[in-house]
Amino acid sequence: MNAPVKKNVVKEPSMLRQKEMIAQHFRDLARAKEQGKKVVYTFVPGNLTELMLSFDCLPLHPEINALQSGMRKLSGEYIAEAERAGHSEDVCTYVKCDIGMMLKGNIGPTGEKLPEPDLLLLSYTGCFTFMKWFELLRERYKCPTAMLHVPYQGEGHFTEEQVQYVVDQLRSEIIPKFEKVTGQAFDIDRLRDLLGNSARAEEDLVYVLESAKKRPSPIDAYFGGVYYIGPLFTAFRGTPAATEYYRMLREEVDARAAAGQGPITPDGLLDEERFRLVVEGPPNWTHFREFWKMFADEGAVVVASTYTKVGGTYDRGFRHNPERPLESLAEYCLGCYTNLNMPTRVDMLTNYVKDYEADGFLINSIKSCNSFSAGQLVMMRQVEKRTGKPGGFIETDLVDPRYFSASNVKNRLESFFQMLAQKGQEVPA
Amino acid sequence: MTTTETTPIEAWTRRVEDLVLDLDLSAVRAWKDAQPGRKAIGFLPTYVPRELIHAAGMLPVGVLGAGEELEIVRGDACFQSYICHLPRSVMELGLSGRLDVLDGMLFPSTCDVIRNLSGLWQLEFPDKFVRYVDVPQNFDPEVGGKFYERLLRELLGELCALSGKSPEEVDLAASVRIYNTNRARVSELYALRAEEPWRVPASEAYLALRAGMQLPPEEHTALLEEYLELARAAERPMQDNARVVIAGAFCEQPPLPLIRTLERAGCDLVDDDFMLVSRWLGPDVPETGDPLKALVDAYLAFGGEASCKYVPDGEDKGARLIASVREKHAEGVIFAAPSFCDPALLDRPMLQEALDEAGIAYTSFKYSENTGQLQPIREQAGTFADTIKLWGDQ
Ligand code: SF4
Ligand code: SF4
Repeated sequence: MNAPVKKNVVKEPSMLRQKEMIAQHFRDLARAKEQGKKVVYTFVPGNLTELMLSFDCLPLHPEINALQSGMRKLSGEYIAEAERAGHSEDVCTYVKCDIGMMLKGNIGPTGEKLPEPDLLLLSYTGCFTFMKWFELLRERYKCPTAMLHVPYQGEGHFTEEQVQYVVDQLRSEIIPKFEKVTGQAFDIDRLRDLLGNSARAEEDLVYVLESAKKRPSPIDAYFGGVYYIGPLFTAFRGTPAATEYYRMLREEVDARAAAGQGPITPDGLLDEERFRLVVEGPPNWTHFREFWKMFADEGAVVVASTYTKVGGTYDRGFRHNPERPLESLAEYCLGCYTNLNMPTRVDMLTNYVKDYEADGFLINSIKSCNSFSAGQLVMMRQVEKRTGKPGGFIETDLVDPRYFSASNVKNRLESFFQMLAQKGQEVPA
Repeated sequence: MTTTETTPIEAWTRRVEDLVLDLDLSAVRAWKDAQPGRKAIGFLPTYVPRELIHAAGMLPVGVLGAGEELEIVRGDACFQSYICHLPRSVMELGLSGRLDVLDGMLFPSTCDVIRNLSGLWQLEFPDKFVRYVDVPQNFDPEVGGKFYERLLRELLGELCALSGKSPEEVDLAASVRIYNTNRARVSELYALRAEEPWRVPASEAYLALRAGMQLPPEEHTALLEEYLELARAAERPMQDNARVVIAGAFCEQPPLPLIRTLERAGCDLVDDDFMLVSRWLGPDVPETGDPLKALVDAYLAFGGEASCKYVPDGEDKGARLIASVREKHAEGVIFAAPSFCDPALLDRPMLQEALDEAGIAYTSFKYSENTGQLQPIREQAGTFADTIKLWGDQ
């Protein structure tokens, strides 16, 4: 059965605002060299955006390049290029997509060449592949590299020693490298201001994500969620523009909730919420809309997802804190989702299923990503056992179109939704 | 009819092979049974400071997977097909009770798979002692060094709490000495291999090293000494094989038949990265001063390269591998990496580029610990060996 979706496609003002922010950022990047701005390549998890901005640097995220290439259907070609250049078919396709793009001239989403980095800021949070990725980029760009090693939360919490270690690295390695590359002195007050802005935006993001506890949920916390996290997870955290964006988004979500409306999907407003789901794992980008539609057509709304926590677990209470600038950056890095151990990840999923009154949960297992994927089958059994809710399992990839089989995914999803429908009709014992 | 007598070295090989392939860890059980209250701690590749386990009075046991020996059922239900083989066989060993003899497990920070496996172990074996053991990727003594020191002190405390040994009784300096001796014998083995490879076939060297994953270090040192003596005395014809270095096999292990296949294909393995834990710090961890600090300093100073270790200066990438080729007078490198091993496979193009610049020949293949199809590898390695023998000087 297909849930009716209104066909008048709505673009919310916040969406348009975000689009404009991104476009402006890429325009700035294109002019960075002529304007004497330093460009810093860095990763989403454990990003130090406020610190970069306090040095007037422009961040550029290779993962975002890769996902945009995926959405623009260019990733297949880039991956093939990287494999021709000797990269194994087995490894993370984000890396290969980025390298392929670089080999093909590094043309960004606006059609302009992306600037080369003045600094590679290797924040090593939640994934070992990051380290190899920037070793590979360093070979090509021969530019300074600053490594921030963020220890893993193996015991399910971070320790004072770990925070201290990260802060020590910020002081002795990261900040001096920024000072050297930019020629500017570190300005802690500027950093504090930016962190204050971040905290306000984070508050609003959490408000938006938690609005999914309502019935119907006014948001989709996975497919829609990836847009909502955009500014905070990338180049804009700490900027007034991001703070404004989140205020705007919050108002829109409030308005939808007040009107009893569901989320906006690519086909318009979703009228009927048939299933409430929790999703673990990143989405597929090469067929993003098609994938989303498979859910929306069935009236399946994602009410909570873990992917929207890769760049910060704000819903667990973390906020950047201007009073403790470096410590709070350290705690932020330590707390990103894939830096949490598996029992904590299972706890989070279990709590999401309960707190968001989900009918079931789904794992989208990504071939590329050992960091997310290794162990998800065990996670699924654990969450099923603890919540009593059915779990579904599908396999796709982030940006490698060879690993997205629409028919397979659709079949699996349909069986999963059928199971949920049957469960929904069961009278509780 | 002729009878072939078993030579001492053949007898040694059989004995050690039985030990190494024994998935029930009988040697570990025997060690524990010999004295009530003894405990053993498992660890995964690549590196953990075994001295701490030893000093706490327990037996460090390397858990390196199950090779081709075990049918994997439950392990496959834990990992998708695109994840390397090691975690599934380790899980199978655990869920089938073969690792019950271990009182705890240490999971070093080698890669995302082992990292996640540490959490799965906590979920599947909630009563066991499980620790993820981080190592610093920042090598400044005041930063990474301090962090590592605090981490090791805490780990030592936890290990002592588990073994019941009071911290006053701990003689970490003695453990450092014992492992220094062990590492010195390992170095001797590698030196002999490089000098007279025909005396030390790769498979025997591998077994000699692998035995150390189950035996107490003192016994392992004795076993290495026994082997060195036998190898030096054995009458073995000098062979004109290709001298190669193996790179990429630092975690999931190639099955023994694969190593024998390389030998038969005409390759003398004069260096490798198998079981790096045996060689990580080198034999010269200072034996004076604070032993824990000495372990920290030795870790920071260790110049070895492994895919799980950050290379701070891009100019140094591949330098260790090239140095090994030069020092061991190798003629080429075989990149042998486990399928789906991101760290090894992502490193490979960088190392290959470094070798290209240095004019060193290489060939590459993937394996898994249960690879059964060895013929293609034999052909590839044979062709490589022939090529470098024929054209090496040019
Ligand atoms: S392995 Fe996963 S987290 Fe790491 S770079 Fe690839 S996609 Fe990102
Ligand atoms: S073989 Fe590679 S990917 Fe697999 S556990 Fe070992 S290091 Fe990790």
